[in-house]
Amino acid sequence: MTDFGIGASVKRKEDRRFLLGKGRYTDDIQPNGLTHAVFVRSPHAHAAIKQIDSSAALAAPGVIAVLTGDDLSADGIGPLICGVTVTSDDGEPHKAPAHPALAQGKVNYVGDHVAIVVAETYAQARDGAELVMVDYEVLPAVTDTATAANPGQQQIHEVAPDNVCFNWPFGDKEGVEAAFASAHKVSSLDLVNNRMVTNAMEPRAALGEYNAGTEEITLHVTTQNPHVHRLVMSAFNQLAPEHKLRVVGPDVGGGFGVKIFVYAEELVVGWACRKLNRPIKWTAERTEAFLADAHGRDHVSKAEMAMDENGRFLAMRVHTRANLGAYLSTFGTMVPSYLYAFLLAGQYATPLIYSEVKAVFTNTAPVDACRGAGRPEATFLVERLVDVCAADMGMDPAEIRRINFIPVDAFPYQTPVVQCYDSGDYNAALNKALELAGYADFPARAEAAAVRGKCRGIGISSYVEACGMAPSAAVGQLGGGVGLWESAQVRFNPTGNVQVFTGTHSHGQGHETTFAQLVCDQLGVPIDNIEVIHGDTAKTQFGMGTYGSRSLAVGGVAIAKACDKLIAKGKKIAAHALEAAEGDIEFADGSFSVAGTDKAMGIGEVAFNAYVPHSYPERLEPGFDENAFFDPTNFSFPAGTHICEVEVDPETGEVDIIKYSAVDDFGRLINPMIVAGQVHGGIAHGVGQALLEACRYDSDGQLITASYMDYTMPRADNLPSFDLDYAPTHPPDNPLGVKGCGEAGAIGAPPAVINAIANALDVKHIEMPATPETVWRAAQTAARA
Amino acid sequence: MKNVELTVNGSPVSGEVESRTLLVHFLREHLRLTGTHIGCDTSQCGACVVHVNGKSVKSCTMLAVQADGAEVTTIEGLAHGEELHPMQQAFMDNHGLQCGFCTPGMIMSALDIVKRNGNELDEATVRKELEGNICRCTGYHNIVKSVQAGARAMGGES
Ligand code: FES
Ligand code: FES
Repeated sequence: MTDFGIGASVKRKEDRRFLLGKGRYTDDIQPNGLTHAVFVRSPHAHAAIKQIDSSAALAAPGVIAVLTGDDLSADGIGPLICGVTVTSDDGEPHKAPAHPALAQGKVNYVGDHVAIVVAETYAQARDGAELVMVDYEVLPAVTDTATAANPGQQQIHEVAPDNVCFNWPFGDKEGVEAAFASAHKVSSLDLVNNRMVTNAMEPRAALGEYNAGTEEITLHVTTQNPHVHRLVMSAFNQLAPEHKLRVVGPDVGGGFGVKIFVYAEELVVGWACRKLNRPIKWTAERTEAFLADAHGRDHVSKAEMAMDENGRFLAMRVHTRANLGAYLSTFGTMVPSYLYAFLLAGQYATPLIYSEVKAVFTNTAPVDACRGAGRPEATFLVERLVDVCAADMGMDPAEIRRINFIPVDAFPYQTPVVQCYDSGDYNAALNKALELAGYADFPARAEAAAVRGKCRGIGISSYVEACGMAPSAAVGQLGGGVGLWESAQVRFNPTGNVQVFTGTHSHGQGHETTFAQLVCDQLGVPIDNIEVIHGDTAKTQFGMGTYGSRSLAVGGVAIAKACDKLIAKGKKIAAHALEAAEGDIEFADGSFSVAGTDKAMGIGEVAFNAYVPHSYPERLEPGFDENAFFDPTNFSFPAGTHICEVEVDPETGEVDIIKYSAVDDFGRLINPMIVAGQVHGGIAHGVGQALLEACRYDSDGQLITASYMDYTMPRADNLPSFDLDYAPTHPPDNPLGVKGCGEAGAIGAPPAVINAIANALDVKHIEMPATPETVWRAAQTAARA
Repeated sequence: MKNVELTVNGSPVSGEVESRTLLVHFLREHLRLTGTHIGCDTSQCGACVVHVNGKSVKSCTMLAVQADGAEVTTIEGLAHGEELHPMQQAFMDNHGLQCGFCTPGMIMSALDIVKRNGNELDEATVRKELEGNICRCTGYHNIVKSVQAGARAMGGES
């Protein structure tokens, strides 16, 4: 390991600009002649639009235009799409109601887009928006996940009877039923996975600019995947041909999934900037982010496990209702189906699994991926159920996990739910975590706490997730509309410094450093001479972007492959220059040498020769600049055990996290400092879901948690420092031996926290978020029992 | 419209603003000091923290006209030439930032914490003092370490 290569905790190259206040986020950009947009949004959850009167708004100072759904459809723009098809139990594709970017006669959730007001200043646009008169005929609203598909409910979309998007059975139903019929014991649990608002700290924004000379639209947008935005807006929304649309995701202030999707505002701003021939910027206020960002989670489930007399899992059965909101967001259908049910095996050798997911429409914001996307829902269900199984069998939670783990010698392991796990040593991670958490001494700590009138609890969560998305053929078979390979270009400049173009996008993950380390390690170029470039369709080759912890496992491999090609070409150039056979050239530490001699030349010199090819191999192309694409052959499967210890005050319901220990298997770590940071952030997100964050609509469909006053984000004083360690295994399918780490914490943490609280109070279950009130009520009930 | 004159990062500046213009908008749009961010509309996230007359202030809660005549320091005003301020350096050394969006506010708040609590800060103090600053990326673990390290470095400097 060098100081800057693979395995080194290199300080981040991107930090300096952020620390100096020189980051360049979308809202920071202010072209000349800039105008500002504000969206008129529906105040009702469900209503017919009878009339829109823009006359007063148009007469207001500074207002340039008020554009509605009629204008949009007249220009043939939209509708928004959902990119993944799920086949329902009737053999039909999921129900896909039209999703206009500006309402067409009807609004379906509070915050739904009705019109865009463009004005010279932001304040004028706001004032103008207030003056747009919309005449609504209010309809009854449906908001509740569990009952949205019940008979007699108000139907939201004509194409979706009973508000059902799909009903998706998956697995061996008969086999599972037979196993349940003959089981020694069946444990079951009803549980809710609470709806979350993702809340990247930078609100979404879009800045559209039209160049009438080149007829090109440039859209700066808060995106995790600029090329996907461009593709969707060109191919499906008819905004502009791909080559006439430039999408830039500049510095982006956090994503966590919410900036994957193609939203109405971005499309409308792109369209309006050309229509009005003025630059237009829209930046969400936080309240708008609550109302109109895609939300996450929102499942209501019943989970059951059949066991033999030793507590071995024989079969699992899951029924889930998943709320997709009012319309399908870009990947909305995929989250509660493939990203969920395919992870229901967890870390266990459960031979039979059956699940049924009914996805419903409601008059709420669209629901889509939020850090973890489907895997947190699966993990919470499995890991909570396993604790209930342990209690029902009178077993220690660690022990029941241990006897049911997929054994280390069974990898690669084909689960009964599609996925084939690459590598894992689940016992090793569990043992290390138990040690780190001081599990053996827990009873003494619990006793000491009891003396002080406090209830201590400890909770284990052994999660597995799927990253490295994804083998394109598998995506296609599942009904996905894209391939999920990744691209890279590694370019030497004539003076020997290197530009690395990646199709992934960094919005906090530190790619500018990690990817530079890969190149530094492989090509022996000093890290200061390497620049990583991403996020601009005019600069980088087509790429699929960043989500699902895929950037290193897929994008990193593409970079390594491009470096391989440079080395191969460099050998030809060096062989010519050093007057040796190509087969005799070796490459190490940035130097091409003739085996067994001291003849050598540096890679910088080779690059120079390639650009100034005065004496150069015949028929070899000049230039030192290579492209590569990588399509993975499998997902990667990070896994680990997280253990949370809490102290509950039964008098107040207050939960204090005393210690949080995480032992993860991410394969090889490139930059341990950055990896730890990803885990910290993920755990905080998961603790937020477990203890604090609740997105709630009332029965009229009003979002009653639409600001940081009502929606509790984790603050520094809600959290402890975390104890991390690793139990890596080698994933044979990944050429770099890496798995992905960005979502693990958010997946592992919720059940660890809730298992700890249930343990502290000796109750079967407690719903998330376990706020003081929820915990206090549970404590009172437990005390009475 | 009103005219305001103030000192920002040591330089005199002035501008015509509406009486409803917030200080944060004046800084970002009139002065193009976009290091100060806006993360919420209820004055909870702390992305907008600056110093006004030496005190930390959420610049989304103050009108530009209220800052008339004041001395304002923003994140852009901390470094000495090429050299990062010790608190900025501590955030880099301890991986106290990821996406960077909360970072300017965190650093401006951190300086205020040091001012009021001194250079030796225990973890509990830092966590409590940071309750007005929200970060979604870091889980605060490394921010807390950064603030402690930055505070110590500032003590060594003086
Ligand atoms: S923008 Fe000022 S506190 Fe959030
Ligand atoms: S670093 Fe992204 S919000 Fe704090």
